[in-house]
Amino acid sequence: MIFKSHKWIAVGLLWLAPVLFLLLFYFYPLVSIFRLSFERSLEGLFAPFLEALSSPIIWRIIGFTFWQAALSTLLTLILGLPGAYLFAHYSFRGKSLLHALTGIPFLMPTLVVAAAFNAMLGPGGWVNIGLKQLLGLDTLPIRFGNTLTAILMAHVFFNTTIVLRMVGDFWSHLDPRLGQAAQMLGANRWQTIRRVVAPVLSPAIAAAALLVFMFDFTSFGVILILGGPRFATLEVEIYYQTVSFFNLPLAAVLSVIQLACTLGLTLVYARLTSRLTIPLTLKSSKVTQRELTSPRSRLGAGLYVTALLVLLILPLVSLAVHSVTRLDSRLTLGDASPEFTLDYYRELGVNRRESAFYVPPYTAIGISLGYAFATTVLALALGFPAALALSRNAGSSINRGLDALLMLPLGTSAVTLGLGFIVALDEPPLDLRASWLLVPLAHTLVAFPFVVRNLTPALRSIKPRMRQAAAVLGAPPGSVLRYIDLPMVGRAILVAGIFAFTISMGEFGATSLISRPEYPTVPVVIYRLISRPGEFNYGQALALSTILMLVAGAGMFVIDKFRIGEIGEF
Amino acid sequence: MKAKTVLLIITILIFTSACGQTSTSPTATGTEPRTLTIMTHDSFLASESVISAFETANNVKIQFLLSGDAGTALNKAILSKDNPLADVFYGVDNTFLSRALTENIFDAYNSPLLADIPDEYEMDSQNRALPVDWGDVCLNYDQLYLTDRNIQPPLNLEDLLKPEFKDLLVVENPASSSPGLAFLLATIGHFGADKYLEYWQGLVDNNLLVVNDWTTAYYTNFSRWGGDRPIVVSYGSSPPFEVIDSGSADTIPRTAVVTGDGSCFRQIEFVGILRGTKNRNLAERWIDFMLSPTFQENMPLQMYVFPVNSQATMDETFTEYLSIPENPAYVSPDDIAENREQWINDWTETVLR
Repeated sequence: MIFKSHKWIAVGLLWLAPVLFLLLFYFYPLVSIFRLSFERSLEGLFAPFLEALSSPIIWRIIGFTFWQAALSTLLTLILGLPGAYLFAHYSFRGKSLLHALTGIPFLMPTLVVAAAFNAMLGPGGWVNIGLKQLLGLDTLPIRFGNTLTAILMAHVFFNTTIVLRMVGDFWSHLDPRLGQAAQMLGANRWQTIRRVVAPVLSPAIAAAALLVFMFDFTSFGVILILGGPRFATLEVEIYYQTVSFFNLPLAAVLSVIQLACTLGLTLVYARLTSRLTIPLTLKSSKVTQRELTSPRSRLGAGLYVTALLVLLILPLVSLAVHSVTRLDSRLTLGDASPEFTLDYYRELGVNRRESAFYVPPYTAIGISLGYAFATTVLALALGFPAALALSRNAGSSINRGLDALLMLPLGTSAVTLGLGFIVALDEPPLDLRASWLLVPLAHTLVAFPFVVRNLTPALRSIKPRMRQAAAVLGAPPGSVLRYIDLPMVGRAILVAGIFAFTISMGEFGATSLISRPEYPTVPVVIYRLISRPGEFNYGQALALSTILMLVAGAGMFVIDKFRIGEIGEF
Repeated sequence: MKAKTVLLIITILIFTSACGQTSTSPTATGTEPRTLTIMTHDSFLASESVISAFETANNVKIQFLLSGDAGTALNKAILSKDNPLADVFYGVDNTFLSRALTENIFDAYNSPLLADIPDEYEMDSQNRALPVDWGDVCLNYDQLYLTDRNIQPPLNLEDLLKPEFKDLLVVENPASSSPGLAFLLATIGHFGADKYLEYWQGLVDNNLLVVNDWTTAYYTNFSRWGGDRPIVVSYGSSPPFEVIDSGSADTIPRTAVVTGDGSCFRQIEFVGILRGTKNRNLAERWIDFMLSPTFQENMPLQMYVFPVNSQATMDETFTEYLSIPENPAYVSPDDIAENREQWINDWTETVLR
């Protein structure tokens, strides 16, 4: 009995900080804005619900939101899983560079991604110009904007790295002897995959798929900018109802519907994965990696890497090339040849009109890095104890409930929550409405569920016997954590940290937060430039986007290489 | 238990700095500058020297809070009205004015500078919202593209229904874009609330393209920047910036504006003192400053909008390339507030379905 209550206290302690954080910076603002919104409903609480649920337009929007998210997730898995396999099982030249490159899309602000796809597939993009000249056409051969294809491609572009990293990392630590044993016992390749690899891998795949789905489900910028006016997700409709029509009760109802869907999904996920998880002996990835030797495997890997580069990297390269080419429509008309220029980069360092809010690019990068660092530390500090608590007692209903609650911030409308901050955090000691702290706090709300999703499968797969053995041998709980858990999941911590970092670097919070113009992040500066007419403004936006891309890519490359003693590899 | 130590430190940091935040509204003691907070949208910009001139003259530190696009910023001001975030709100335009006045977020202020501002800009008789600047949303066209194909530029809205303009127009969605809404209002003001949908049906038959935001319309679809549509809904002030913010030696803008009667919509932006401010005097002085020629003359090159003060003069580099419509379309703020949702929904039904 004493032992049992002791254990509950430990779990409670682990939950304390994460739950406190969510209560203060998530539930409190959210409940406040909901209350205020429903108070504004003149016909009572139920009228807006009735209005929403009896509207065929809203039902169509809900249907489309699910449909495009499911389709996007499926495509992301189709592209991502072979890559996860490749990264997990083979070592080849340029692997860590490729690994870092595939992470860059995840942190690009949507406006930049739209510009990147435009530089490649837009009316003035090189693909269209090239095809037009090649085929002697007068009209555009490819129409990319305002299509479902654009939405799906952008979602795959953003999220493939989630599958690559989460599944790939987990896969690389699986004992290859499991599969070998199955084959020795007469299983063919397909049976091995179905009976051995898939069951063992499914928790990581499910976790990655859930995160990808949540991002697609709450997609805003991609739908708005690339999808165009004929497509709307719940998140987009919430924005219209809030900003355009100021119908806060209806916006709140839509937010509630979005949250209910998130909760439902997460509960299904939690139920599935608590059954799926099998404790395993994890191996160092050094042991599990092979060289690409056979010509067939080389060809396969080559084809796959090419596809990955075309889908994830080529748009970014097109953007970078665009940023050093003089922008001129005479190019599109076909009566000029491209002219190389570094003017847009030079112009970034000049405050030509002595504007008050001007910051040089390196300052903006410094500010972005600062926020990203704070977010990473905060998200890991909150996420690790939560993941630990989840892994210690996966089956308990309290843990299952809390697990589902953790995912809610990902499914919450940024527009709604942004207004919630304004309404709720307005009294000392928490008058954070105009504080810079709101930025890392808001970023952490998104990064925190990511960290938990990354760490939990890894922590759960540690065999309880190892902890028990350590305890029997006299190790206090702290030492068990230090010498068993931490080294085993060191790599997963790094992956989680990278996600927290990139989420913060690319986040453009202008719709949901109040920003202090003296501390603009890189995405904020890009947004400011790209919203103005004139060659230099667009050119500078492209140049700064390219810089963001390079800094982020370098950052990820470095973190990927990062090892602390035995943490990271074991 | 390293994680917990880090966590503890962070929690302490958050709470201490949160407490630190609250003591930023100091009482005016001697030479210590006071803080005046101005809430606005994220297109706000001014010259460093102009702002510091005001700060020095009044021994004040100005804190700007950029709060999202114009609609989002206004929503935030409204939702925080019981405990205002700022002393002054700038940037509510005539399409949102009624929302601000109905929600009663401003205190009236009869600035002496209103004497220099023509009546046409003053839309609130009680002077709770005072006009600061104006700008037109107009059709822009790519001169090179049209000359290349021997097409005469359009002179007014009706021209766009002609067959030679088939496939050539791109506009923004009024539900998501401020210039998109302004252009919809231009057609309503020009053709009337009962006829404008007929006009839009004509544009649909002429295969117009609708996108959700200005950046996509201008930098992706407009032929000036590589698209295949030479006519775009943008601002009357866009052509000058095609010259001023250009790296080439061109001194003639590649784009021009359609200024025929009723083809543009004039956006007027207002400033007001937020109800509940403890810095009423300073707020008044800031508003006087915004309406004075010093600030007014600074606006065109910073925010691409024009002064309402008749004493303010405009930069020559700017006026040279500027064409201003004589008779923009007009729809009153009250009409807009009352019908916005209906008009946008009807438009969506006609144009997008």
